[in-house]
Amino acid sequence: VNGSTVNGSIVNRGYLIRYARIVWMGLVFRVREFTVSRWFVLMAVIQPVIFATIAFYLFKSGGRTGTLLYAALGAAMMGIWSSTLFGSGGALQWNRWQGTLELLVAAPPPFIVILLPLTLATSVTGGYALIATLFWGRVFFGVPLHFAHPWAFAVAVPAGVLALGLLGLLMASSFILYRQANALSNLLEYPVWVATGLLFPIALLPGWVEPISWLLAPTWGIQALRHAALGSGAVWFPIAMCAVTGAAYLALATVFLRVFERAARANATLSLT
Amino acid sequence: MRNWLRIFFVGGLISYRALFNWIKPHIYFPTMLGAPLFQIVFFSYLGRYAHVHESDAFFVVGNAVQVCGMSSVYGMTMAVANERQFGTLGPLLASPANRLAVFLGRGVPVLANGLVVSAFGFLVGRLLLDFHPSPRSLPALALIVCVTTLSCTTFGMVLGSIGLRGKDFFFAANLAYYLLLLFCGVNVPLTALPGWMSAIGRCLPLTHGIMAAREVAAGAPLAAVGGLVWTELGIAAAYAAAGFFLFRLLERESRRSAVLDSF
Repeated sequence: VNGSTVNGSIVNRGYLIRYARIVWMGLVFRVREFTVSRWFVLMAVIQPVIFATIAFYLFKSGGRTGTLLYAALGAAMMGIWSSTLFGSGGALQWNRWQGTLELLVAAPPPFIVILLPLTLATSVTGGYALIATLFWGRVFFGVPLHFAHPWAFAVAVPAGVLALGLLGLLMASSFILYRQANALSNLLEYPVWVATGLLFPIALLPGWVEPISWLLAPTWGIQALRHAALGSGAVWFPIAMCAVTGAAYLALATVFLRVFERAARANATLSLT
Repeated sequence: MRNWLRIFFVGGLISYRALFNWIKPHIYFPTMLGAPLFQIVFFSYLGRYAHVHESDAFFVVGNAVQVCGMSSVYGMTMAVANERQFGTLGPLLASPANRLAVFLGRGVPVLANGLVVSAFGFLVGRLLLDFHPSPRSLPALALIVCVTTLSCTTFGMVLGSIGLRGKDFFFAANLAYYLLLLFCGVNVPLTALPGWMSAIGRCLPLTHGIMAAREVAAGAPLAAVGGLVWTELGIAAAYAAAGFFLFRLLERESRRSAVLDSF
């Protein structure tokens, strides 16, 4: 019994290492792929800079110049969300169009291990938005880059990006049976910007929006970034919430993927466009 | 002449049905109505937080007029550039149809759709936000929106013509849509922008139309904004001419270098 347990754990550890390697190599491959995509450059660099510029001028006009770093971080998170939304939402559809979806599903590793690096890469690529808006704000608008808790900020960035990548996984797994994921992606961009308080506080919105915002990783991601940068509140609680929501998305995505993948195989609709 | 009109109206409608990617209801509603709705709400709340204006009217009018670009910029780009994407550009250009009728006819359904999207934007502002224009201002507002949507559609014609040769026309359309948000005084008044940005904005569609619409919504008579409306109309004519010139130029160049359908 002891021997088989030892063997079993060795086998499990072998699988874990193999899966971790697939995730890492897939992540590197996809980030490289997205970095040279004009679409991702638009979503992760140009669009956040344009929205940051609008917010900078608006806040300057309204005499709220102290909020420029607030706006830069918000616009960055908007870029990460857009990149994740369009990238993860369209991930399966792109593979379907390219004729690679069936190959990915039929590959020996579980499909979630193949899909995870793809969705993580969309949020990691979206991370360029943070560099772009902070650089833009510093150079053209003189936004002071003095972070209240720099180490916490260094933790908050990957925590937020990871949580959004896992939200992307949940979206991708839900969209497996939905052929018009791009339409849903077009619809969901602004509502999440509104409901998660990326450029203005959620307190301005009707009360029923706040409980919805708790379920969305960008809420906790932007809180973690802002609290770490501006020192305006607890940092570790939103970081912990990024981890909690991320774990919940992963669990849900695992279930969804199992159910929807099976349904798509059973109905022979996997590759239908 | 009858043939010209047939190509203009019937050809325009058929090409719209064939080439506009978002025509099916399950794509049309989320993309053409859902996204503009939330865009208007987003910028109105951002304006409230920034304490820029007393009411939401500034943002509702600016964004409700600008969202016509969802149809005008994307729709017009698709209506021209998708011919190449779908492999039908060669047969189209080999036909003896009048090029002006072919080109301008595609703008009519796009223009009509842009008006629907813009009207929906104003309705959203009226129902959900602090926007209460006087009923007497509505006819003038409708006229201004028509002119502005027309100028935005002709701007889309220029982008569509570029798409006849450019590889990634959706990139250009998206970029143009976002730049219109920044440069045209949609959310930031031109006076708050640097001189070079407002100078560019004055050469783009939307800018003068939005200024006129704001004044009319605030109670000014149409006569008071006549100059702005005529300027917007002039910009529409200029972009239509530029778009047609580009269309013919790129058609000729594509034939000459045999790259009509190549990517």
